[in-house]
Amino acid sequence: MTIPYLIGAIAIAISLFFNRNKKLNYILVAIFLLLQWAFAIYEYNHQNIVEFDYFLPDALGILLLVTISIIAVPAFYHSYVFFTKNEDNPRNRAMYYASMVVLIFALSLAYLSNHIAVTWIFVEMTTLSASALIYHRRNVRTLEGTWKYIFVCSISITFVFIGILFLSIAVQEVGDNNLTFASLLNSASGLDIFWLRLAFIFIFTGYTAKIGLVPMYTAGIDAKDKAPSPAGALLSSVLMNVGFVGIFRFYEIIAQTTLHSWANNIIMISAVLSIFIATVYMIKVKNIKRMFAYSSIEHMGIVMLGIAAGGIGYYAAILHIILHSFVKSGLFFQMGQIYRTFNSKSIYDVGNYFKYNLTGAMVVLLGFISATAMPPSGLFVSEFLIFRSLFEAHYLFILIFVLLLLTIIIWAFGKNIFKLLFTPAVGFKDENIEKIKPYESISQFILFGLVVYLGINPPHQMVDLINEAVKNLPL
Amino acid sequence: MTNVLLIVFAMSLIYLSIANRLMSYVKILAFQGILLFGVSFIELGEMSPLNLAFILFETIVFKTIAVPLFLKYVIQRNEITREAEPFVPHFISLIVVTTIVVVTFLLSNTIEDEQLNKVYFVAALSALFTGLYIIGTRKKILTHVMGFLVIENGVFILSLAVGNEMPMLLNTGILLDLFITVLLLGIFVNKIGDVLKDVDVDQLRKLKD
Repeated sequence: MTIPYLIGAIAIAISLFFNRNKKLNYILVAIFLLLQWAFAIYEYNHQNIVEFDYFLPDALGILLLVTISIIAVPAFYHSYVFFTKNEDNPRNRAMYYASMVVLIFALSLAYLSNHIAVTWIFVEMTTLSASALIYHRRNVRTLEGTWKYIFVCSISITFVFIGILFLSIAVQEVGDNNLTFASLLNSASGLDIFWLRLAFIFIFTGYTAKIGLVPMYTAGIDAKDKAPSPAGALLSSVLMNVGFVGIFRFYEIIAQTTLHSWANNIIMISAVLSIFIATVYMIKVKNIKRMFAYSSIEHMGIVMLGIAAGGIGYYAAILHIILHSFVKSGLFFQMGQIYRTFNSKSIYDVGNYFKYNLTGAMVVLLGFISATAMPPSGLFVSEFLIFRSLFEAHYLFILIFVLLLLTIIIWAFGKNIFKLLFTPAVGFKDENIEKIKPYESISQFILFGLVVYLGINPPHQMVDLINEAVKNLPL
Repeated sequence: MTNVLLIVFAMSLIYLSIANRLMSYVKILAFQGILLFGVSFIELGEMSPLNLAFILFETIVFKTIAVPLFLKYVIQRNEITREAEPFVPHFISLIVVTTIVVVTFLLSNTIEDEQLNKVYFVAALSALFTGLYIIGTRKKILTHVMGFLVIENGVFILSLAVGNEMPMLLNTGILLDLFITVLLLGIFVNKIGDVLKDVDVDQLRKLKD
């Protein structure tokens, strides 16, 4: 059903783009959501059957596809709220919805694709659609954010392509020209080490722009800050997952060769540096939205630590990336409401949020607890498992260093969140602030509730899928 | 013959490191387009005619004519000053780019591979790192785009090295090249030119912590 889905989604995106009628736009968006869910359910029921040569709904693909389908619903709902509050011209609105549809279907297909070049094409498509979302407000600052995002992503996508070329040299040497992941997994142990090493360096560096790790994480921060909140929620959750998919699928291949421990070292260095940089900026940052973005960098670092440590870490990494998507998108949805109340994202201009919006403040508090992985948040479970895997793999000094950094992050995160919740802002006039309806926060409560449920009592279907997703990795 | 063309390509990178005016950059890019046309014409003789025509179109029409003309148009329309304004002296740039070429050459000597022509490898990787160096050390946004175009030329050379066996990868690479160049140049250099006059990176420093 991949191709019908692709055609349907493109048709919807095009008609959204050319249609400026408000009512028709929302009908089209609703149809797209139905299509997305029908696609997710269909693929769930047809696992591990190759479709149209290039798509394979394997366990990892299914997990992330369901994740994006869940997040897409509140993303469109909050976009709707965003447009009822901001009087925009119909052209920009049509462009926004069309780009969001393109982003979601490109991500879905990138998760499912079975060919390294096809993944790459859909990742490129996400860059294009994400930049249209970032540029939505059309002022100098969004222009700057968009330019940086496009430029860094273009360089990184070129890096991935160079990596694929090196990989293809290695594949040609064994007399093959098949670049599907399944075939690469089979022939992995026979491939030339030199080319594989170069390919891994380039592909890993390239995808760090999407997943948000050192060295290419910079552009993503500006992008998440400048995009409207519902779009920022997608950028900081499901878009980061696509970088993870790109790295993970190639890592599976590397793990079959003698390069495995070398690749682990590369990933470990990048992950620890990412957490370190996230810590430094979390202390310094004054913009709440950027603080959430740096928190995503930290979580991706933790995920990669799990991958590098191995053992139970593989399972925990995938659990962590799914749960993190829900937490971070919930926080970003709430950010839109905070901005509507205070008309600012700066920590100096906000405060005493409990007084102005009780439900919203509850969401922020719950989101803080979830994002810093305190129990009962599901992230506590996955982080705990990742630390256990680090301990078991004898990365003791790294474990202590990371725990120290995480403590600082919790302090910095908490300091800003409690300022937002309790301390009154200096000179803030609260005469005519907008009253925000409590039901706008329902979706965030559901997402955070889901995180608790999936972390503490994961349904056996999910556990089976995660175990199947990591079955190719050596223990 | 391809070796000669590729060596000239590597030399053009060294010239790029000391070029002072924007128009020299544009001319070097056009010249590199001609070199790539020559290489692909000689190298890809056994490819299907349609595919070959597409590749030749990419090199001669797009890289040699359209992109340089458009760059020239952007420079004139936005009245961009003609110096490239590097952050570092030309002498250092020359040393760095020469080092890049020498190091990739030494790296290529460690490859024990019969199929791959090492000159391709050297030219491609030198172009990649020179492009990154230019992006890192030049002040104008337009020179950043030109650095990116140099990287794209390097990728094109590398994909030629595997192109005979896997035309699909070669075509994907070309489509990437067309697509990103049009996106970067067409949409954003134009847009940025509308909003900010005489664009250099100092005007893009608002987003920070």
